[in-house]
Amino acid sequence: MKIGVVTFPGSLDDHDAHRAVRVAGGEPVSLWHGDDSLRDVDAVVLPGGFSYGDYLRAGAIARFAPVMSALIPAAQGGLPVLGICNGFQILCESHLLPGAMIQNDHRTFICRDQRLRVENATTAWTSDFAQDDEITIVLKNQDGQYVADRHTLDELEGEGRVAFRYVIEHSVVDGPDAPAAVRYDRFASRNPNGSYRDIAGVTNERGNVVGLMPHPEHAIEEGYGPSLDGLKFFTSVLKSVVNA
Amino acid sequence: MGIVVVDVMLKSEILDPQGQAVAGALPRLGFNQFTDVRQGKRFVLTVEGEVTDQVLAAAREAAETMLSNPVIEDVVSVRAVLNEVGSQATELNKTAEHA
Repeated sequence: MKIGVVTFPGSLDDHDAHRAVRVAGGEPVSLWHGDDSLRDVDAVVLPGGFSYGDYLRAGAIARFAPVMSALIPAAQGGLPVLGICNGFQILCESHLLPGAMIQNDHRTFICRDQRLRVENATTAWTSDFAQDDEITIVLKNQDGQYVADRHTLDELEGEGRVAFRYVIEHSVVDGPDAPAAVRYDRFASRNPNGSYRDIAGVTNERGNVVGLMPHPEHAIEEGYGPSLDGLKFFTSVLKSVVNA
Repeated sequence: MGIVVVDVMLKSEILDPQGQAVAGALPRLGFNQFTDVRQGKRFVLTVEGEVTDQVLAAAREAAETMLSNPVIEDVVSVRAVLNEVGSQATELNKTAEHA
């Protein structure tokens, strides 16, 4: 089972994505941004990083890379594609997923272990989860604020296409009785980047294309990352490819 | 050489974190009269020869497809200008004057 991982100039997490594919039991295949071939892979991961320096807009230049001219029609035809962080931004810029990503509303880079709720466990990349599972993986971004117009957001929610939402840990922060974990966590009572409706990840109509801001590939091995929850993204897609 | 200037702004309903950061810092310098700041992008495109209708049409297409993202941004203007600070053509003109 071959899972391609695209390397753009400025990709950072392609090696971790390779490793995640291998640990899950798949065969990682390197794909290069300048090639217009997908090398007969069964699925593709667009990894995190800062492709083309995030110049113009995050993902805006990567969207026009030669590899994308092969990937976009393949994804429209049902090829499973997972966009992580910068990969999610590229999928939005490519219009494979709706919405866009802008700078975090608090204007700072963020890096933390983040709890998410799985809101759609039927996509190619989430079928090993159960509906409403809560998982903890790494979140690290500068431009992680998911935005879309109200109509698009309503449509996404109505069609069950919000794949992941940030879990808001506490509804009340203020007050002397607030626990230390709340008082010292500036993101205890709000989502960590200002994303509309707490959306952390979305999917397309078919469920083969999934994009999310946090990083499952950093949570696949004991001793590294906050959990092993990320592995299920990769085991999910391997099963979906077998069943396809 | 001809010059086309493309201006792109975030849509008004989209939060502009950079503009907010600037707006927050201005009062520290005593500028208290500005109630809001929005920051946009200006692209200066240089072509050989004159800016024809075809050049303008191409610039408009580039603005819609790549220079802006219609989900979050508006192309507020695409126009031919005679001179633009920072453009390659302006730099070349200066060099010619000094030669």
